[in-house]
Amino acid sequence: MKTMLAAFAFTIAVSFGAYFVLDGMGFSSAEVQSAPSVRLD
Amino acid sequence: MNLKMIGACLIALLTFAVTPAHSEDEGQRASTGGAQTLDDILARQKGLEVDESFRRENLGSSDNAQPASSSLGTLGGFSSSDIYRGIRYAEADIKVSNNSHAAEVLVQDGGMSWLLTREGNIRTFAGYGIGGIIIALAAFYFMRGRMTIEGGPSGQTIERFKSFERFGHWCLAGSFIMLACTGLLLLFGRSVIIPIFGHEANSAIATFSIWVHNNIAWVFMASLVAIFVMWVAHNIPSKLDLVWFAKGGGIIGNGHPSAKKFNGGQKLIFWMTIVLGTSVSMSGLSLLFPFEMPMFAKTFAMINTVLPAMGLPTELLPHEEMQLAHLWHAIVAITMIIAIIAHIYIGSVGMEGAFDAMGDGQVDLEWARQHHDLWVEEEQAKGSPIRQVGDVR
Repeated sequence: MKTMLAAFAFTIAVSFGAYFVLDGMGFSSAEVQSAPSVRLD
Repeated sequence: MNLKMIGACLIALLTFAVTPAHSEDEGQRASTGGAQTLDDILARQKGLEVDESFRRENLGSSDNAQPASSSLGTLGGFSSSDIYRGIRYAEADIKVSNNSHAAEVLVQDGGMSWLLTREGNIRTFAGYGIGGIIIALAAFYFMRGRMTIEGGPSGQTIERFKSFERFGHWCLAGSFIMLACTGLLLLFGRSVIIPIFGHEANSAIATFSIWVHNNIAWVFMASLVAIFVMWVAHNIPSKLDLVWFAKGGGIIGNGHPSAKKFNGGQKLIFWMTIVLGTSVSMSGLSLLFPFEMPMFAKTFAMINTVLPAMGLPTELLPHEEMQLAHLWHAIVAITMIIAIIAHIYIGSVGMEGAFDAMGDGQVDLEWARQHHDLWVEEEQAKGSPIRQVGDVR
């Protein structure tokens, strides 16, 4: 059961990591679809 | 009499079959000055396919430009209707200020059919499919009962899955369950959550769901690869699987069919997970990066190469790609949910001793002999340790 709980904790941690990393790298749709002349956020 | 009737019917059918519908269409088209006809409108209202080429390709031409001195001369051969048709069928040369080529498409009419399919067939499939498998498994449980270890547990255990295998399995399982739940919340938000809890609650639930869905998907994709690498060698189909299926996994007849590490049913779940999991991941990536990873036009072109009769469209607008990716994503995901519910049943309440394999990795030796006899022989030949229940590890 410890392995199962560790996997769930890892899953949650990676999800938050993915959010912050991808958002920080400018992968949000708002950034990708916009340009200096167009603001979508 | 009957023969005459049949002959008359055949002649009538042949007459209809050889009647040049094309020329009739052209005649009607000429009567409207090239615009759509009553038949076009009626066909569209009935949801039938309408050949739009008569206006899709009627976009004006500078060759027809009137002299600048005439009343239409300043339009240079392109009437307002020609320009609108160009916009309507995404043929016009549109320039936009943002980075997305999808923004160059000003009119795209696939939205309603996407919405109706999502709210119609997709929800129906999800409701009946998921509800049906739960009812079927409950009925099976009450009729058959829990599958027990014949003769009872032996009191000795053998390690079935190592910790890294269980870790990979639970990463895949945990992420899949969260993806399934949040996906269903998004699918049934308007039809179930809003009528019961209201718009504000649905807004909060949908915002949470899409955040979880988008970010937990990476764990699902990574663990899918890990699972494939770890277990593919044990999941190559063999003749043993045919015997396993013929005996219904032990439900038909007496005794348990022989199996190695994975039996026929488990191999089926494995390959279903890999194939459908890959497909749902591909369409998911297409949705995660809107308009950046179109894949349906290329897929359709490949299918047309193998099956030309399919005649699938190979030129799709960016929005059509997204609509198809979304519908395909839902169809594949719902199919997986139905199969995985059965997998969860047999791995928990449906079979005594099965959960231990993914719980602490130690399964009862008698359970292992009954369900995976050849695997136990292999493990014992390798000298894998047998433990007594209650041993401190």
